[in-house]
Amino acid sequence: MKTAVIVFPGSNCDQDMYYAIKDGLGEEVEYVWHAETSLDGFDAVMIPGGFSYGDYLRSGAIARFAGIMPAVIQAAREGKPVLGVCNGFQILLEAGLLPGAMLKNKKLKFICKTVNLKVENNNTLFTSLYKKNEIIRIPIAHGEGNYYCDDETLHMLKTGGQIVFTYDGENPNGSKANIAGIVNRAGNVLGMMPHPERAADALLESSDGLRLFQSILNHWRESAHAAYTS
Amino acid sequence: MRKVKVYITLKESVLDPQGQAVMQSLHNMDYQNVKNVRIGKYIELEMEDSADINQQIEALCDKLLANTVIENYRYEIDEEVHS
Repeated sequence: MKTAVIVFPGSNCDQDMYYAIKDGLGEEVEYVWHAETSLDGFDAVMIPGGFSYGDYLRSGAIARFAGIMPAVIQAAREGKPVLGVCNGFQILLEAGLLPGAMLKNKKLKFICKTVNLKVENNNTLFTSLYKKNEIIRIPIAHGEGNYYCDDETLHMLKTGGQIVFTYDGENPNGSKANIAGIVNRAGNVLGMMPHPERAADALLESSDGLRLFQSILNHWRESAHAAYTS
Repeated sequence: MRKVKVYITLKESVLDPQGQAVMQSLHNMDYQNVKNVRIGKYIELEMEDSADINQQIEALCDKLLANTVIENYRYEIDEEVHS
């Protein structure tokens, strides 16, 4: 599996993402600069955290129009796994690949700590190696992670099983329905505020995040095998 | 050239924690008569005039300047400016 890690001016979790895939997962990975226009040859796309374009205007608003974004949208339409973490989640929202928007954290503070997440849906290509309702430990680090959507969208997310992760216990940022991560309707685009790439090695307090990347790899192997045998 | 003034505000249904914090501060300063504070953005554009300037402004607001999931916008087009 060959994975692209998109790098914007102001991305700062790109190396963590690269490390998690290369050393944690043991798979091929390359940085792709935001001004590139093609993702040909990549099997999965990661949009890392950080402060793309200094969070000017709104988080993710300017990155959404970067040269690489049409290729990201194309990859999403083709059903390739697309993961946006933190600022990456904000970019996916701004790009309209996921519904809703981010507001400033309810208590206005930047929060950086490890939280308990509940796996609400393990029937996705990102979460197949977790158990349903399993509690996992993943760090968050954001000032604008207060997920917002209207009631109609929330109903759609709930009935469609699109809420993948929720905060267990205290909600750190005031997000609607304790949402920490959602997928699109097709299930191949995941946006999440917590950082699985920062919890992909036992040395980093938790390795719970590694199974997310392993789930993506399993999915890729199965679909590659299915394509080979069909 | 026209000067375009764009006002972006949070939708009524969206809580504004920044506005709440500012209101609390005003109350601490004894401005108890302030009953609500909502914080938004004000953006000035200088644009070449055209027949479809309204449509252009609305398109660029919808696409970039405002996030219509959480924000509303309105705008004014000022008289000719010379820059």
